[in-house]
Amino acid sequence: MRDLYARFGGGLATIFLSLVLVWLAAMVLAPNLMMIDYALRPNLPPAQIGGPQDLWSADNFLYLANEGVHRAIFFKTVWASALVAAVTLVVCYPIAFWMAQRATPGQLSIALMLVIIPFFINEVLRTLAWFILLAYRGPLNAVLQGIGLIDAPIRWQGDGGVLAGMVYAYILFMLLPIYNAIESLDKSQIEAARDLGSPTWRTHWRIVIPHAKAGIATGCVFTFMLAAGSYVAPALLGSPGSRWFTEIIYNWFFEGGDWNRGAAYALTLLVLCLAVVLVTLRVFRVNLTDVAK
Amino acid sequence: MTPDRIFRGLFVLYLLAFVAYLFMPLIIMGAAAFNTSRFPTVIPWQGTTLDWFSAMWADAAMWRALWTSAIVAFFVVLVALPVGTAAALVLTTLHSRARSFAYAVMVSPLLTPGVVIGISTLILWRQVGIGGGIALIVVAQTTFIICYVMLMVMARLQRFDRTQEEAALGLGASRLMVFRRVLLPFLRPALLASGGLAILQSVENYNTTLFVRGFETPLTVFIATKVRTGLTPAVNALALVIIAVTVIGAVAYEIARRRQLSARPRS
Repeated sequence: MRDLYARFGGGLATIFLSLVLVWLAAMVLAPNLMMIDYALRPNLPPAQIGGPQDLWSADNFLYLANEGVHRAIFFKTVWASALVAAVTLVVCYPIAFWMAQRATPGQLSIALMLVIIPFFINEVLRTLAWFILLAYRGPLNAVLQGIGLIDAPIRWQGDGGVLAGMVYAYILFMLLPIYNAIESLDKSQIEAARDLGSPTWRTHWRIVIPHAKAGIATGCVFTFMLAAGSYVAPALLGSPGSRWFTEIIYNWFFEGGDWNRGAAYALTLLVLCLAVVLVTLRVFRVNLTDVAK
Repeated sequence: MTPDRIFRGLFVLYLLAFVAYLFMPLIIMGAAAFNTSRFPTVIPWQGTTLDWFSAMWADAAMWRALWTSAIVAFFVVLVALPVGTAAALVLTTLHSRARSFAYAVMVSPLLTPGVVIGISTLILWRQVGIGGGIALIVVAQTTFIICYVMLMVMARLQRFDRTQEEAALGLGASRLMVFRRVLLPFLRPALLASGGLAILQSVENYNTTLFVRGFETPLTVFIATKVRTGLTPAVNALALVIIAVTVIGAVAYEIARRRQLSARPRS
C-alpha cells in the first residue's frame, strides 16, 4: 500500500485504490453476500418481508435436496459436465501433443490459427451452427441416410446434441493449456524413452502425461466449470428430457417467480464449481497464478 | 508398411477429421444463408439466393438489438479499461503475501459461472429498486471483463522497466506527468488489445446478460430467441456477417501487432 503511494503519489494512488475497492466491494463481494442472504430467506409477499417469518433457514437448500427431479438434474449436470471435460481431453490430447512436439513452425502457426478462429465466434452462433447441423431434417441426417448408414432420421437433440455442442465450444480451453504444458517438455526425453525400447503408449503414460499434468488439470477444470454453468447449449441443443441445472435456475427466476429458491440453486452451483476448481488445483498442485492465462 | 507409418497415416486422418469438426458446422451455417429453403439447411439445395441478406437488413428488431449491444459494449469498455488498469497497477505494486490473496479475489469472477454473476447482480440491485436493463447488463458484464483487462495489462507491466519512471522523476517530472507520459504510452498496446477483447466479450456474452437484461434484447439474446421461435436463414445471414466482421477484425489486429513487433524489434 505504501509502495503504491510512493510510486504514484497521493492523488493517483487514491484514485486507483478507490476504483479497485468499488469494483471488489460493489460488484464482486456485495452481490454474492446478497445472494447468500436471499438463499437463506423464505419467499414472502412484499408486506411480510422483514416480518416475524422472515428468518434465515436452510429450507431452500433442503427443498433442492428433497425434490427428486431437481436433485437428479443437478447430479446429471455434474457428471455430464465431467463427461464433457473427459471427452474434450481425449479429443484434444493428440492434437496438443502433435502441435507441441511434432509440428514444424509453419504447421504450428497454421494450426494455432485454425483452432483460434472458431473461438472468436460467439458461443450462441457456434451453438446455432450445431443446431442446424443436427436438425431432424438437417444435413447430418441427410448425409447418413444418403450413404445408407441409417434408415430413418435420428433425433440428435438431447444428451448427444448437448455433448457434441459443448465439446465443440470448449476445445480451445482444453487445447491451449495442454499445448503449453507439453511444449516445455524436452524432446530428448521422448527420444531417450524410445531408444530404451519404450512403446509409444508407455512414453505418453510415464513421461508426457506426468509432465503435462498441470495443463491437463487446468483444461479439465475450466471445461467442467464452463459446461456446468452453460445455458446456451442445453437450451438450444437439448430436449425436454435433457434439462440442465442452469435451466432450472432460470425457471425459478423468470417462470416460478421464487427468487429465493433460485438464489439457493445458483449458490449450490457456485459452491460446486469453486470446490471442483480448488480441489483439483490443490490435488495437482497447480497455482492459481498459472491458471488464469 | 511399418506400424509406424500406419500410425502416422491414422494420425493424419484424425487431424483432418478434427479440422472438419472445427469448421464443418460453421461452413454449413454460412452456406445455408444462401439457400432458398425456409429452414436453414444445405440439403436439399433449393436454389441460390441473396434474399435472406436483404431480409436480415430490413429487420428493424435486428438493428435495435445491434444498437443495444453497441451501447452496452461502449459503457463496458468505458468502465472496464480504467478499473482493470488500476487493478493491475495495484496488484503489481503489492507485496507478495497480500498479493496472492488479492490476486485470488480479483480473478474470482473468472471462476464464477456466468449465470451466477448475472443472478447475484440482479438480486443486489433489486434492493435499491433497479431492475434488469442496459445499466445492469453493463454492471454485470464489467464485473468479469475487468479481470481480462487486468490480466492483459499485468502481462504488459511485467516487461516495464521501472527505472524509466525514476529517470523521469529525477528530471523533475511530477508523478502525474510520469504516469501520463511514461507509463500510459507504454501500456497503450495492452489497453488497445484489452479494449478489443472487452468489446468482443461484451457483445458475445449470453449467460450473464440473460439474467439482467430486463426487457432489453441484445444481439445474442435476439439470435437465441429467433432460434427457438422462428429460425429462418436470415439469422444465418446475420451470423455470417458477424463471423466475417470478427474474423477480419482479429486478422487485422494480428497483422498490426506483428507489424509493430517487426518495426521495433528491440522495444
